[in-house]
Amino acid sequence: MLQRSALLFVSLLLLALPAAAKDSVRIAFIGPLTGGVSANGIGGRNSADLAVRVRNAESATKYEYELVVLDDECKPNIGVQVATKAAADRKVIAGVTHYCSAVAMGTVDVYHKFGLPVIVWGAVLPDVTSAHDYDEVHRVNGTMINQNEVAAKFMAGLKYKRWVVIHDTTDYGKGHNKYFSEDIAQQGGTIVGTFGVTADQQDFNAELTKIKELKPEVVYFGGLTPIGVRIRSQMEKLGIKAVFQGTSGIVSDAFIEGLGPLAEGTLAFREGAPAEKLPGGQAFLEQYRKQNYADPPEAYGAFAYAAANLIIDAIEKVGPDRKKVMRELNATRDHQSIVGPVTFDDHGQNTVPLITKFVVQDGKWLVWEDSEYAKGKRKLPRS
Amino acid sequence: MDFGLAGQYVLNGLMLGVIYAMVAVGFTLFFGVLDVIKFSHGDVVMVGAFVALATFLGLQDLGVGSSIALILAVCVTALAATAVLGALIARFLVLPLRGSPPLNTLLITLMLGLALREAVRLFYPNGSNPKPFPALLPTDAWSLGNFTLRADSLILLAMGITAIVGVHMLINRTRMGLAIRAVAQDPETARVMGVNFERVVMFTFALGSALAALAGVTNGLYYNEINFGMGLLLGVIGFSAAVVGGLGNIYGAILGGFLFAALQTIGAIWFAVPAYKDVFAFAAVILLMAWKPTGLIAEKSAERV
Repeated sequence: MLQRSALLFVSLLLLALPAAAKDSVRIAFIGPLTGGVSANGIGGRNSADLAVRVRNAESATKYEYELVVLDDECKPNIGVQVATKAAADRKVIAGVTHYCSAVAMGTVDVYHKFGLPVIVWGAVLPDVTSAHDYDEVHRVNGTMINQNEVAAKFMAGLKYKRWVVIHDTTDYGKGHNKYFSEDIAQQGGTIVGTFGVTADQQDFNAELTKIKELKPEVVYFGGLTPIGVRIRSQMEKLGIKAVFQGTSGIVSDAFIEGLGPLAEGTLAFREGAPAEKLPGGQAFLEQYRKQNYADPPEAYGAFAYAAANLIIDAIEKVGPDRKKVMRELNATRDHQSIVGPVTFDDHGQNTVPLITKFVVQDGKWLVWEDSEYAKGKRKLPRS
Repeated sequence: MDFGLAGQYVLNGLMLGVIYAMVAVGFTLFFGVLDVIKFSHGDVVMVGAFVALATFLGLQDLGVGSSIALILAVCVTALAATAVLGALIARFLVLPLRGSPPLNTLLITLMLGLALREAVRLFYPNGSNPKPFPALLPTDAWSLGNFTLRADSLILLAMGITAIVGVHMLINRTRMGLAIRAVAQDPETARVMGVNFERVVMFTFALGSALAALAGVTNGLYYNEINFGMGLLLGVIGFSAAVVGGLGNIYGAILGGFLFAALQTIGAIWFAVPAYKDVFAFAAVILLMAWKPTGLIAEKSAERV
């Protein structure tokens, strides 16, 4: 009797199994969801979330994906904490990680130690992939090396000669300073002054007074939106009429919202292209709209979406196993994504060379070639 | 360095100094009257700035165009709102903890500061992004070589100094001021003499907080940008300024505020990497504290507040 009921129990169990839902697999998303650059973090979070939702809705998908969202606050110490939290959870198979370079730098060791494969979706410091031999770390977006090369050539082409560099003293700002200074020297430009400032500084009047005396034609700013807004508006107050040239760190709607009409004529450079001009951009934006997220995908949303999709593709192919997924990601060659074909080199760096030039015109970041500045209808300041 | 440039540095320093001094005077008022350190003060500055911004946006929607009426309304609302906030903090957080160790007051106000900051970040629309603050003052500028004098800076400077002088007069020339000084000197005796202790404390907190709001509005009008985190460093600097000047002494707070601004400006000129200016200024404050632990203008109990 006992035997028979046991048999019945086991067979019932077996019957129940195929009817059960798909196995759930966790993917981590880490980015700055609070703090000064949270607009970018939230855009990235929504985009990664969108990738997971779209794939979960497809019947061909083998697993049920769950996005574990963590906030690194753009602070390295917090970043290491949440990275450890994600990596220590054995159910998390891979991660879409970090917008801020300083945080991405701080966490690579954590991912290596725990063997968690990650794809960086926004940080642009080259060292994030190049300064170590960890197989776990990949990156879909380009680096500031490409960005500054293009920037220097472009600005030299506009016949500017004298620069002043303001950069924040994080790895991000220091990196931009280093690469831009090298590139612009090659192009025959002169840097008449370099100013390192803290990333949460409020008052720049003392620095800008010094800068005014140096009479630069262009103020190059290597840093993120919040202090970019402050520097630009305080430049105006002191009557500095130079061109304001930023980096990928200020290409956000928050920059324009913070400055209003003063943002006009600001230049910046970023890897990839605006979402609507990407190979799969229209479809991405359409799906994004359907989900009714409260915030826009911002500049790096498409990269977060592509990173999440790469991870899901790898898991679908080799199953939810960190080591196998990592090997699969390392072998990525010409993988079609909405940001174009992705190929990871030995360091896990996507070799995408595409850089887009931006200028603010009438309260919008426009691609330079489409702007009235390129057509000569409007002119950048000349001093 | 030419004369114009030097003048520009001095003007920059003065503007910073007047903002710091307004914050520092608040710290000194609270400490003088109740021996408490209120660490949420910097965030009250921020709240003041955001109330001003919200009022401006509201009035703009209603179609109020006149700039003078607008700026008055913005200032009055911001000052009134933070004065009420200050009084409430005194009534419900500071006064009930009077009998407990001072550490508790310090902690509870520190937590309150955090709560205020996060509340603005979460509940103000798009509060985590920097907000443009409208330029309500005339923007005429006069240039002389490297020196640019702007009408709005001048007005803000005058406004700040007037406010500080006003607070000073209020404390030294009015009946309420007399009561504040009495409570500062000896709360028990003041009570026996018929001073309404709680009312005096609440008034002092309201006064200090209104001054903080004015600092916030000045900050917004000067930089044309505010953000939820602006109170953090302002609070620390205001506190350091009050301590280095001599906590509990209004002149000390003013001196400390301008001194800190001067140190920062000098730091920014001296160092090749201006990021060191805060390190320099705070290090100088540490040295000053070692030299004069009670502050530059030491508090005499009879001259408190």
